[in-house]
Amino acid sequence: MLRQIEGSRAVAETVAACRPAVICAYPISPQTHIVEALDELVRLGKIEDCEFVNVESEFSAMSVAIGASATGARAYTATASQGLLFMVEPLYNASGLGLPIVMTVANRAIGAPINIWNDHSDAMSQRDSGWIQLYAQDNQSASDLHILAFRIAEAVSLPVMVCMDGFVLTHAMERIELPEQSQVDEFLPPFVPRQLLDPNDPMSIGAMVGPEAFTEVRYLGHMKQLQALELIPVIAKEFESVFARRAAGEHDSDGLVTTYRIEGAEIVLVALGSVIGTIKDVVDEMREAGSLVGVLGITSFRPFPLDVVRAALKSARKVVVVERAFASGIGGIVSSNVRTALSEIPVKIMTAVAGLGGRPITGDSIRGVVERAIDGTLPELTFVDLDDELISRELERTRQHRRSGPMAENLLRDLGSR
Amino acid sequence: MFQVRIHGRGGQGVVTAAELLSVAVFHDGLYAQAFPSFGSERMGAPVVAYCRISEHPIRSREPVMEPDALIIQDSTLLNSVDVFAGASAAAYILINTSRSFADLGLAEFLADRQSDRNLIVPASEIALRHVGRPMPNAALLGGFAAATGLVTLKSVLEAISERFPERIATANIAAAQEAHDFVLNARREVEHA
Repeated sequence: MLRQIEGSRAVAETVAACRPAVICAYPISPQTHIVEALDELVRLGKIEDCEFVNVESEFSAMSVAIGASATGARAYTATASQGLLFMVEPLYNASGLGLPIVMTVANRAIGAPINIWNDHSDAMSQRDSGWIQLYAQDNQSASDLHILAFRIAEAVSLPVMVCMDGFVLTHAMERIELPEQSQVDEFLPPFVPRQLLDPNDPMSIGAMVGPEAFTEVRYLGHMKQLQALELIPVIAKEFESVFARRAAGEHDSDGLVTTYRIEGAEIVLVALGSVIGTIKDVVDEMREAGSLVGVLGITSFRPFPLDVVRAALKSARKVVVVERAFASGIGGIVSSNVRTALSEIPVKIMTAVAGLGGRPITGDSIRGVVERAIDGTLPELTFVDLDDELISRELERTRQHRRSGPMAENLLRDLGSR
Repeated sequence: MFQVRIHGRGGQGVVTAAELLSVAVFHDGLYAQAFPSFGSERMGAPVVAYCRISEHPIRSREPVMEPDALIIQDSTLLNSVDVFAGASAAAYILINTSRSFADLGLAEFLADRQSDRNLIVPASEIALRHVGRPMPNAALLGGFAAATGLVTLKSVLEAISERFPERIATANIAAAQEAHDFVLNARREVEHA
């Protein structure tokens, strides 16, 4: 049904339509609206045979999801930021045990300094956790990807994170085609677990495995990710036939990536999440002005679609990866994956770090990055809209005084005195 | 694309106003995108919310920096926040106040602007009378419909009735209707002047 609805609410109603049996969560901004809505839906009896477990921390949220999933229940949770970090230990257990839990990550920065706003540092910190990671570019795809996530998770027995930009998407109200229950039921059959904890047929899950088989268990986990790489386009096609729309964006999309005007593009921007919308507007404007620009959106970051990315970028002369997170001491995270995909292709790859801690990524900023890429002045690593004066004042302070004090507070004081 | 920026203070329903406007526009068959500027919300602090309106799907996620219309829910913000930032001379300005533009110290600023697009409505007063609280958001949306013609009053009232429990909805609908008529009259007076 077509609705004008908040992103969080849309995700909650979509998850409800996926008939989870256990939902457990601990509230944290900007995920709160999702789990509040689900709590209400369970309380009102709108989700049949579903238990909402209010836990005392994210560690428990993931632990409950693991327990529920191991007993054959379709399990869902959601978190963000420090909450995701607090559940890291059981997070690895969920993937290591092969439990098909689905979790929304309402992407938010990680402290310190404390920051409640959007970037991708939280999900990116867990890119090697063994979870599948899907990134939504708008709220329609946020809703659709959750349905896809349960199918993929249960098909390969791996947990799936659906990442959506906190506030930018979770708190945005827009037009969304919400799935009909009958469509979801047709697309998503009841969960048949590969392993089942059952008191009538006792067994153990999560045994200690020594050097004799640990590598093999890990290798099989990797194989499952590669299996998902094959399966996602197939399942996305099926989604298209049941729901009469594409699961991860209106444009050319196979569930792994979306492409927009990359035909003949000399410069291709690569991005994840909601910034893709802003980039598409810039691409249209610049194309009209004669610049050959396009954008590749990565939906599936784990597994990373090396071949698909290579095919999409092979004709580009320059690639700019726009990233909402970065690895201190080296640079772009997505960029290094893109570099792996393009290792045999002579193309210049640059990283533009943008939108950290909730700083808006404007069309003007994106245009500036592309223009500099065109005229060859964009460095290999750039921080978009960096306040150079603020930085040089702090650097000067640290040069002059040993006790220069806390960095964040210094910067805020400088800003206040402008 | 038509871009609306709403300024107010925490507790005045600024975000709700943007959301209601987007729902009304949706009922009119257009695309709309409503979102707040993401501050740590607290009572009384300046709050900004946005609503984009278009005949086509809306892709951009940047904040509204060049608004085609401004709704100012609290006129005390005029002294502390650059509420007019980025607004062209043709932008609609709708201010919730019982005072005149001259009393607000805006006569000079507004002199060069399109006069039929500078509008005031005593939305808090109207709300106080109908709703029992000086919650100006719904009334201002009625005023916005009259000021711009971009959204129908019918759809604004429909959005209000979907959002609130019946008693509160009915009161807010009356407030929106009255503010709508107030702005419509003000526009007619400007046109006849």
